[in-house]
Amino acid sequence: MMQEGLDDGPDFLSEEDRGPRAVNVDLQTDATLQVDISDALSERDKVKFTVHTKSTLPNFKQNEFSVVRQHEEFIWLHDSFVENEEYAGYIIPPAPPKPDFDASREKLQKLGEGEGSMTKEEFTKMKQELEAEYLAIFKKTVAMHEVFLCRVAAHPVLRKDLNFHVFLEYNQDLSVRGKNKKEKLEDFFKNVVKSADGVLVAGVKDVDDFFEHEKTFLLEYHNRVKDSSAKSDRMIRSHKSAADDINRIASTLYTLGTQDSTDLCKFFLKVSELFEKTRKIEARVAADEDLKLADLLKYYLRESQAAKDLLYRRGRALVDYENANKALDKARAKNKDVLQAETTQQVCCQKFEKISESAKQELIDFKTRRVAAFRKNLVELAELELKHAKGNLQLLQSCLGVLKGDT
Amino acid sequence: MAASSERSPPPFPDSEEPELLEDSDEGADAFTGTSISEMDSPSPDSTRPPKDIFNEPPEDIFSDPLSNINSEPQKKVDTKIPSPSSDEAVDLFSEPLDDDSEVMSSPEVQNPMPDLLNEPVEAPKSDGSNKSSSVKKAASAELFGDDEDEEDLFKETPKVVTKKPQPSGPPVDVFTEVKSDVKVKPQVKDDPTDLFTEEALTAPAQKPPASSSSSSRTNGVHSEEQDLFSEATVELSLDSPLNDRKKKDAVKPSLSAPAASVASSSSKAPSKTLEELEEEESEDKFDLNISVTNPEKVGDGMNAYMAYKVSTQTSLTMFRSKTFTVRRRFSDFLGLYEKLSEKHSQNGYIVPPPPEKSILGMTKVKVGKEDPSSAEFVERRRAALERYLQRVVSHPSLLQDPDVREFLEKEELPRAVSTQALSGAGFLKMLNKATDAVSKMTIKMNEQDVWFDEKIQDVENEEQHMRKLHVMVESLVNHRKELSGNTAVFAKSVAMLGSSEDNTALSRALSQLAEVEDRIEQLHQEQASNDFFTFSELLADYIRLLGAVKGCFDQRMKAWQRWQDAENMLQKKREAEAKLLWANKPDKLQQAKDEIAEWEAKVTQYEREFERISATVRKEVIRFDKEKARDFKRQIVKYLESLLNSQQQLIKYWEAFLPEAKAIA
Repeated sequence: MMQEGLDDGPDFLSEEDRGPRAVNVDLQTDATLQVDISDALSERDKVKFTVHTKSTLPNFKQNEFSVVRQHEEFIWLHDSFVENEEYAGYIIPPAPPKPDFDASREKLQKLGEGEGSMTKEEFTKMKQELEAEYLAIFKKTVAMHEVFLCRVAAHPVLRKDLNFHVFLEYNQDLSVRGKNKKEKLEDFFKNVVKSADGVLVAGVKDVDDFFEHEKTFLLEYHNRVKDSSAKSDRMIRSHKSAADDINRIASTLYTLGTQDSTDLCKFFLKVSELFEKTRKIEARVAADEDLKLADLLKYYLRESQAAKDLLYRRGRALVDYENANKALDKARAKNKDVLQAETTQQVCCQKFEKISESAKQELIDFKTRRVAAFRKNLVELAELELKHAKGNLQLLQSCLGVLKGDT
Repeated sequence: MAASSERSPPPFPDSEEPELLEDSDEGADAFTGTSISEMDSPSPDSTRPPKDIFNEPPEDIFSDPLSNINSEPQKKVDTKIPSPSSDEAVDLFSEPLDDDSEVMSSPEVQNPMPDLLNEPVEAPKSDGSNKSSSVKKAASAELFGDDEDEEDLFKETPKVVTKKPQPSGPPVDVFTEVKSDVKVKPQVKDDPTDLFTEEALTAPAQKPPASSSSSSRTNGVHSEEQDLFSEATVELSLDSPLNDRKKKDAVKPSLSAPAASVASSSSKAPSKTLEELEEEESEDKFDLNISVTNPEKVGDGMNAYMAYKVSTQTSLTMFRSKTFTVRRRFSDFLGLYEKLSEKHSQNGYIVPPPPEKSILGMTKVKVGKEDPSSAEFVERRRAALERYLQRVVSHPSLLQDPDVREFLEKEELPRAVSTQALSGAGFLKMLNKATDAVSKMTIKMNEQDVWFDEKIQDVENEEQHMRKLHVMVESLVNHRKELSGNTAVFAKSVAMLGSSEDNTALSRALSQLAEVEDRIEQLHQEQASNDFFTFSELLADYIRLLGAVKGCFDQRMKAWQRWQDAENMLQKKREAEAKLLWANKPDKLQQAKDEIAEWEAKVTQYEREFERISATVRKEVIRFDKEKARDFKRQIVKYLESLLNSQQQLIKYWEAFLPEAKAIA
């Protein structure tokens, strides 16, 4: 299968996929509801995820079952959370990003076209690189979708959501469709209004110090995590390019080495072999940095956005509540529609208080989750970096030993 | 998950890997296949480096030429084929032996030769003692004028013989002795020549008497003997040996003193021996350290130039003192190359090319911008100039050149004038012109020498691959620089993120991470400069040097072309003579005969020039290959060590970070 084409494929997979998730953002795993993506299948332009559930909850007919879901269905689930007023006081787990294989596919197509113009060696090398890239994107996509489901499953309120249960259990197509153009346009306007409103709402001084502090923190944090995420991507990309260069150097050294059978040629072959191995390690370093660092930052970019959204909803509710208060004062002054104004005021008050109550806990949880996730990922990153550097060191040492013994 | 991905990505066919493996296997097979067939090719000794030949049991090498020549000695002389085995440096043994067998085809003379080969340790002694004849004294006296030399020679020989059991050892060493003598006492130089002419004259007249040959051998001066005999072979096919030698002398008047005296007084075989020896010597006791340091801007504006300090440290007696320093500017280096190239490249020497002139880089320096790129440019050039000089002096013949010594020693050097034409575009144009001219000739030249045929192809391929490799290493350098820059930016960004993080431990860990990334950025930067100076520049140098090697092949081809042209002309003249004979015009017949004689002489002369240049080029290429192997091994090991160091640092950094990450709570 595909791994055969990628000599480090099986390794690559087994390590990250068998082990802990790339970005584990959940605090506790509850045995009563465990969700994972046990399988995924990439078709032409879509990916089919097999969502596997293990549960002792009475809502489900069986204890263990699997369904096949597509990206759009994940989005549907996410949107249903967002639109549900009940959940206004919670940080809605961010939706997984759309799988994007286009760039990778395009490159592969180009490779096919350029096949005649390069040597077999080069072609195989290029193909290996692209396959590795494709596989990495694929894996990341699966991981992101899984993280979303796990977050929901671990959430005390959202895990009881009916839509979520349908999503997990209903073994047929949910026949959700992607948004059409009109809806997308609406979404766009909604977003514009929301962000304009957001500015307005954010300008209102909060009475609660906790939320005031959270607001300033999240605003800054979101921007910085965004910056870091972009920078880490660039760093990793150039690391990958360097690894690819080493790969090509290895193959050219190999051709040089096979020109003749002199001592020097044998020397070249040995060095080529070494580079071939070190480039694998370098590529792994880049891939692991991507997984442990860039993906973490990316996740928190989205999660901090979700937290900001929560604060916006609370801010909005606060503004509504204050407006209702003013309206009530006015109504009382005029002694007109007082009852109605009172009801509105009460509804607004309740809503605001409800949001504030759950939001406080959510934000505290968010911080705890964040610290734990960073700890886990940074420790893993450091361990992997050490592992790879040591592997590289060993390779270099043994190769130098052989080379020096020869000369 | 693993299973999922196994199934999942359909766009890729799954049969690629086994295919690849098969391919590489085939490649290897094909390769050994060719190399084996190479071994089977008609001139086995010429395809292998000399060392191999020495290690081979001597019977293998000698049995063939001997039997061939004995069975049909006449044919060889008549056809005048420039047989690869007779003009190569490698064939030191076969040559004298061929000649021996040819010259004295009596069986009792052949017997000593296998002895000599099978018992190399005893060879020189038996030479000296067994065959002492009356002629010996006379000849030796004539040759050296004093007996001390002879004794010296014999003291030397056994030492060498025990070191390397190869028959050529003794003559080779002996010859250096002679060489140094030649330097000191010019009259010795004349003597062999005299002897030579005498011998040479007698040679074609009759099958040389065994006495004369053994006499020269008893001198212990094998080189002379070889000389004599190779001379004799040629003469068998020649008309006017004297005339020929004169011309030959005239051809290489520019050679430096010792080389010239040897080369002119003897034919190529011994001079090869000499140089090969020198090469060995240079490996053993080469003691000349050159460094180029302290680049300094002299003058202002566009007239400014960089001057470099050229320091030499040596124990070689040819220099006036042990350490000395001069200041040279870039154009002086170019001037040196120009002089050397003018003198030596036509003889088939590989003259190391200097770094190219860079108008852009230099202008930056001139303008005086103190930016890192111009500092890098100066450092790059300084290092390149240093390597250039080291390559020049490590060439045994170039080291002897007075211009090299002048360049290293003389306080003031006359300003090199014509470097402008030589540098930059002009230099390239020149090269291109040469390449063009050659490519035209390539079509005509049907290579008869398998060694050259393969080597030319090899060099061509090698250059191509080196260029490719160079491009890739450059790309690695760029990507590594990019990585370094991006890491620095990321480090800053993480530091900012850390400062806005409100969990103290996490904030601390993030700023620690920023510090680690900062150090890694430094590491990448250092590695990038190692990539460049240790690896990329090595390749750039060798791409230039391979160009010079190709230039040598071109010179050889030119010589061949000249010879072929003369051959054609001779053919025409002969036809003209035949016509005249037919037309019965005796008055013009004499003139035609003279012309034929003249062209015959030219043909032989050109042929010998071609053979000489072939031999030189071959020897040069072998030397070049050795140097190349040494250079590459040294540099790549150095490069790998730098990588090793990087990894060690990396481990240190991450190990320091790990507890910080674990402290997050």
